[in-house]
Amino acid sequence: MRDKRKEKILTEISLLAAKLGREVKLMEVCGSHTQVIWRYGIRGLLPANVKLTTGPGCPVCVTAQEDIDLIVFLARAGIPVASYGDVLRVPGFYGSLEEAKKEGAKVFTIYSVEEAIALKKTLPDLVFFGLGFDTTAPMTAYAIKKGLTVFSTHKLFLPAMEALLEMGEVKIDGFINPGHVSTIIGIAPYKKLKVPQVITGFTEEDVLVGIYMLIKQLAEGRVEVENQYLRSVRPDGNPTARKLIFEVFRIADGLWRGFGKIPGSGLEIKSKFKNQDARHKYKNIFKKFVFKEQRQMKACRCSEIIRGLSRPTTCPLFGRACNPDKPFGPCMVSVEGACNLEYRFQDKS
Amino acid sequence: MCLAFPGKIISIKGDQAVVDFGGIIKNANVTLAKVQVGDFVIVHAGFAIQKLTDEEAWDAIKFYKQNEG
Repeated sequence: MRDKRKEKILTEISLLAAKLGREVKLMEVCGSHTQVIWRYGIRGLLPANVKLTTGPGCPVCVTAQEDIDLIVFLARAGIPVASYGDVLRVPGFYGSLEEAKKEGAKVFTIYSVEEAIALKKTLPDLVFFGLGFDTTAPMTAYAIKKGLTVFSTHKLFLPAMEALLEMGEVKIDGFINPGHVSTIIGIAPYKKLKVPQVITGFTEEDVLVGIYMLIKQLAEGRVEVENQYLRSVRPDGNPTARKLIFEVFRIADGLWRGFGKIPGSGLEIKSKFKNQDARHKYKNIFKKFVFKEQRQMKACRCSEIIRGLSRPTTCPLFGRACNPDKPFGPCMVSVEGACNLEYRFQDKS
Repeated sequence: MCLAFPGKIISIKGDQAVVDFGGIIKNANVTLAKVQVGDFVIVHAGFAIQKLTDEEAWDAIKFYKQNEG
């Protein structure tokens, strides 16, 4: 980003922050925003009274431990499993998917569900471990319609933002809303949250302008949903993608790490596709599954970090027993996780 | 997971497009967005999720300037 432009935005932010005259806490709720904030050392560029805090925006991080353990259990029972990169390394009671693979389980990393659809030709029993928010649910729905079997942990994102506000554990003065979730859901659904929000894109400049717009709302006493990411977010989002989601999924309770059950946040595969729902198809395997929490997982602070309650550096494991090469929890596994990013970029901010 | 920059569609065959991200060529499924060759698209997990229609919208700073009044 050109220095002159960056200087100008930062000056405007400083002027508005001085006018505010109080400390404000803005939360980013998209893992890719957390990445941008760390990569460009944005925390260190902001006035002292503008604080940024990380919320539950990393899909790998918010996937419940029970779901991780279930999918590893399934892979170890001999069922081939494919999923997106990072989640393969999340540890659990039965180890990680990556460890299961080393011990002979058939586990595949994919970039797109298209690859899973192609793999199914040689591995008819293949299960796709579907995770993520409104942004990746349409791709999974597409794959199910193409005949793929799925273990779904997909979640709708807005209920988590509502839950954060309702729980009231952290004071949130404004949300940096997720750009690609918004590309799918549009602008209107956020209006029920009574805090300033700015839908923001993913360049350094996008994030700085998003922060500027939030502070401007706060300084002027407005509570609105503004859209900084105009180039991708239409007012009604992407109706084609939403239609596809609800052809295949129905809304249920969603299980989140750090939150437990959030009503209305889960996407369950509809009964007409139940033969492709791994939870149904492999219920005889899952019958033998018992969820046991590991002692080492209890020491991991990922659950509090996801809710914005703790910073990674307050965790006794951070940087000592737990690092990106030997992660204890998903916040250190995922390249979008708060711990992983703080570990890699802590000297920059 | 979220790519900051859009790619340009070079060719389309059925549901599949070839997309150029500033020299890096990738395939993308175009089921979720109505697109044609030459369009710029936002791609997420291998799928185009939005077409960029508004030239103005390219530049985040323009919105910032408008807001300045």
